[in-house]
Amino acid sequence: MGGLVKVQTVTGRPIPLRGNDIDTDRIIPARYLKAVTFDGLGHAAFFDERFDAEGHSKGHILDEPRFQAKGTRVAIVNKNFGCGSSREHAPQALLRWGIKALIGESFADIFFGNCVALGMPCVTASEAEVAALMAAVEEDPAHDLTVDLDARTATYRGRTYAVDLPPGVRNQFLQGTWDGTRVLLEAGDRIHQTAQRLPYIRGFGK
Amino acid sequence: MAKTLLDKVWEAHTVSELPSGQTQLFIGLHLVHEVTSPQAFQMLGELKLPVLFPDRTVATVDHIIPTHTQTRPFDDEQAETMMREIERNCRSFGIRLYDRASGHQGIVHVIGPEMGLTQPGLTIACGDSHTSTHGAFGSIAFGVGTSQVRDVLASQCLAIKKPRLRRIEVNGTLPAGVYAKDVILHIIRTLGVKGGVGYAYEYAGTVLDRMTMEERMTVCNMSIEGGARCGYVNPDQTTFDYLRGRELAPQGPAFEPAVGWWRSMASEPGAAYDEVTRLDGSGLSPVVTWGINPGQAIGVTERIPDAAAFAADERDVAVDAYEYMGWKPGAPIAGTKVDVAFIGSCTNGRLSDLREAARVARLGTVKPSVKAIVVPGSQAVARQAEAEGLDEVFRTAGFEWRLPGCSMCLAMNPDKLVGRQVCASSSNRNFKGRQGSPSGRTLLMSPAMVAAAALEGAVSDVRVLLGGSA
Repeated sequence: MGGLVKVQTVTGRPIPLRGNDIDTDRIIPARYLKAVTFDGLGHAAFFDERFDAEGHSKGHILDEPRFQAKGTRVAIVNKNFGCGSSREHAPQALLRWGIKALIGESFADIFFGNCVALGMPCVTASEAEVAALMAAVEEDPAHDLTVDLDARTATYRGRTYAVDLPPGVRNQFLQGTWDGTRVLLEAGDRIHQTAQRLPYIRGFGK
Repeated sequence: MAKTLLDKVWEAHTVSELPSGQTQLFIGLHLVHEVTSPQAFQMLGELKLPVLFPDRTVATVDHIIPTHTQTRPFDDEQAETMMREIERNCRSFGIRLYDRASGHQGIVHVIGPEMGLTQPGLTIACGDSHTSTHGAFGSIAFGVGTSQVRDVLASQCLAIKKPRLRRIEVNGTLPAGVYAKDVILHIIRTLGVKGGVGYAYEYAGTVLDRMTMEERMTVCNMSIEGGARCGYVNPDQTTFDYLRGRELAPQGPAFEPAVGWWRSMASEPGAAYDEVTRLDGSGLSPVVTWGINPGQAIGVTERIPDAAAFAADERDVAVDAYEYMGWKPGAPIAGTKVDVAFIGSCTNGRLSDLREAARVARLGTVKPSVKAIVVPGSQAVARQAEAEGLDEVFRTAGFEWRLPGCSMCLAMNPDKLVGRQVCASSSNRNFKGRQGSPSGRTLLMSPAMVAAAALEGAVSDVRVLLGGSA
């Protein structure tokens, strides 16, 4: 376990991924889960939405020339993003494609938790704010967008949008305590004490 | 103040309240499979950490395993690599692995209950979203990602926020030909695929009271498809009777004290819920999905709804579904031609599911244009089904009888749709591309309805086939 990595701001070129209820099977088809590492998953992000059976581009936004910026990316999504399968391969694929933060109307619970564990903030904004931000980006995507977790804002081309995330999760990012294993192991003996209080571990009838 | 099962299980397993506002929750049972664990074990190795409670950790292989052959090495090199990886990890970290040689292999959510590992009052985690299945026993069971699998391996804990709680009461009496699968598809259709986000679902009412454990598992299994973090049914005599005598359930003199504790964990009358939803089970008919998420479902005698029938935030998804599926609003779902019939999965791959499907299969033969496969949920399910002669019933009718695994539910093994095939499926997800072909189409329904579709070559009302009326 390395030092604490604080995440206060994420800055990068934005990319809108429109649509409600985008499930993790779409974000990464199951055949790409047949691997023992997460390496190289970036190319598989949204693969079947991007390419036809012959491997030709379907013109998905991930492949549009004006959305090919290098470096950190920030995705903008609609409602219930990441629903379905718990596969962490979904945020891992997005992360490896370059997406380091997401702004959306809402996120599925397991996907949200997986992103926290990877240090990828998922912040929420109102339907109107997301619509305005998507429109601004689609009009001209060639600028950096900044998500500021401390200020709870997203800023694009001089306009500031209100974003939010649960206070505890926000603190995890700001304090660099989003690494689950480290935090959980700090409890030390209390883990065993809790276990020994449970009758199914202590033994029923004892 | 009266407490719910969620309150009591949460309190009993709380190690501490974390500064993040989450609870550090002790996990009583950690189930592991080959797809979401290799990276977790690798991270554990890099951190030089052991598995903290290897005796509370159990592994099996289900997702990638072929269902047509036992031969090793697998033809698929990637699958073979994953198989070797979980074998190696279980050996080096001291974890029980129920592989095919053990006679206990099967879908992780089938073997946990049938071996008696899944018990009331437990917290359960697994790197699989259908972990909610185990809630049928009155456990609180979470699907998690690989980083959290690592957390549980290392600390036997999860950092997690207590969900809000919605009680869903289904009252009345289910008509003949209407099953647990129809109940949960109806719940998701009613509350939406986003309706459960941030919630746990407590299922109750006379319909749930009368259900067998296998039926309750089907309902809890698909909680995640409604967006809920987990789902459960309060433990009762049905639960205790199921567990008595199971290999890994409390034995002999320990059983009655266990029942006492299990009973004490149930929700109390007068407990407070964040939401209560009441539904009528008596008026239900067999449900079939027509779209690209499990909420896009209708009764078998209904027509595919018009876009105008949807709330604003569901309309675009409906339009997307018409295009992907290739049919028009207003068309009846009954009569839709199917190419493949799949009976199996953690939703509907248990003995009672196979019995109901076999009851239909006895009535005819599979249409020659349909490829029909039956994949038992576990080796134990397969043994019981074979002892009852169900395998012969299926073979005689023209179904293939396969070896246990997840199979065509998510098509990580060789069982896949081809091109735009339409599959009548007893599984849990009709997402685009879910069954292995990027343009494949899935219609979710009960196992009996899948069998009916296989015989007719098209979506059919199983009530009619069984001699009743629609």
